[in-house]
Amino acid sequence: MSNAELHTLTGAYALHALPDTERVAFERHLRDCEACAVEVRELSETAARLGLAVADTPPRGLRDRVLREITTVRQESPSGIGRDRSGGAADRGDSTTGRGAGGTGQGGRRPRYALAACLAAAVGFGGIAAWQHRAAQDARQEARAAQQQNEQLAQVLAAPDAKASSGTMKGGAKGTVVVSQSENRAVFMASGMRQPPSGKVYQLWFDDRGTMRSAGLMNTPAASDAVLLDGPVDGASGIGITVEPAGGSAQPTSAPLALMNFPAA
Amino acid sequence: MKEAVYISGAPSAGPDLQELLGLVARGDQDAFAKVYDAVSGPVLGLVRSVLRDPAQSEEVAQEVLVEVWRTAPRFRASRGSAMNWVLTLAHRRAVDRVRSAEASAAREHRAALLDRTPAFDQVTEQVESRLEREQVRRCVRTLSELQRQSVTLAYYRGLTYREVSELLSVPLGTIKTRLRDGLIRLRDCLGVSA
Ligand SMILES: [Zn+2]
Repeated sequence: MSNAELHTLTGAYALHALPDTERVAFERHLRDCEACAVEVRELSETAARLGLAVADTPPRGLRDRVLREITTVRQESPSGIGRDRSGGAADRGDSTTGRGAGGTGQGGRRPRYALAACLAAAVGFGGIAAWQHRAAQDARQEARAAQQQNEQLAQVLAAPDAKASSGTMKGGAKGTVVVSQSENRAVFMASGMRQPPSGKVYQLWFDDRGTMRSAGLMNTPAASDAVLLDGPVDGASGIGITVEPAGGSAQPTSAPLALMNFPAA
Repeated sequence: MKEAVYISGAPSAGPDLQELLGLVARGDQDAFAKVYDAVSGPVLGLVRSVLRDPAQSEEVAQEVLVEVWRTAPRFRASRGSAMNWVLTLAHRRAVDRVRSAEASAAREHRAALLDRTPAFDQVTEQVESRLEREQVRRCVRTLSELQRQSVTLAYYRGLTYREVSELLSVPLGTIKTRLRDGLIRLRDCLGVSA
């Protein structure tokens, strides 16, 4: 196969769609073709995003079985790095990829860190956004309201201009705020937040340049939460979280657990 | 006053996956449990999309996850993200299994391949929900029909480009090109850079 033809195989290779003989030929080509090597890396990362999109909930027993099994499995030694066909692109030998570390080819551009991946890392994959809206008057209204908020929440997260920033809160919980200017809405996600003290709730606030505007309550946070903040972002520069008496307050009555600025647009 | 929002979820992984893999590479079993929590859902979902059979998928997912433990010392962040490393491994294993499990004769049979298209539609329906799914779905919608079919049949169904070409009755060269330009369009839409 000619080089010109080989160059077009980056997509098929990244998707593991080459039959063995062609894969071997292409891997040989990859060692000498920097352009293909870079492209394969990017397309392989892209393919992984397709994989993330079909994440599923593993059955309970699997975790136990895997964690038990690894106690009996010896790890490879780092020096034993061999060329292994198993991993395909990401696992490929180091002839080209190490060079990327300096970021020269990319002009030092910081990759637009994929928002969803960033959230996933911050919040964990478990039950990222399972939440319900309570206190609606009847179940149907409740379901409708929840669905609407869910859709809005999803819309914010999927907005092309969605930006996220993460921080650690008092007590060690991790918070991530996502804001979309085009949607004029914000989403807050937390992991590891404790239950509020009895008779108290967490309250979210928009920070209007120092003036706090209520953005809804967050009760009984589990380990991973996603909440659509009530109300428009408008001119807010960030969000805050406080502990308030049940029912919430008109103004914060305690020092914030966290103040997070929206990422710069 | 605003209504309370009730939330539920699974215990989360928190720390950075790449750092955790570094700990796993040094034999840290607690770190591995956290890696498991972060990657097992995507691994199982991906394997399932290729293999379909739940029992077999679970078996392969288990093999993959144990292999993550075994080969963690080989992970190099300079070569790509930790999640990509894990999912590449998972996809490779699933594809190996599906290609060995089905007699190649049957697989090359056009009728057998066509049988698989309804299941493929299920996969696209699964590509919905929020976060990752929303972004991926939005970007998949920007593909041409042939790009979308080629990429999803290859990735989610584990077909080789020859099989895709046969299934869609489109020349080999065209499929190769669509796999590449389809992925490039997705890459740009998702903002992926290496
Ligand atoms: Zn090339």
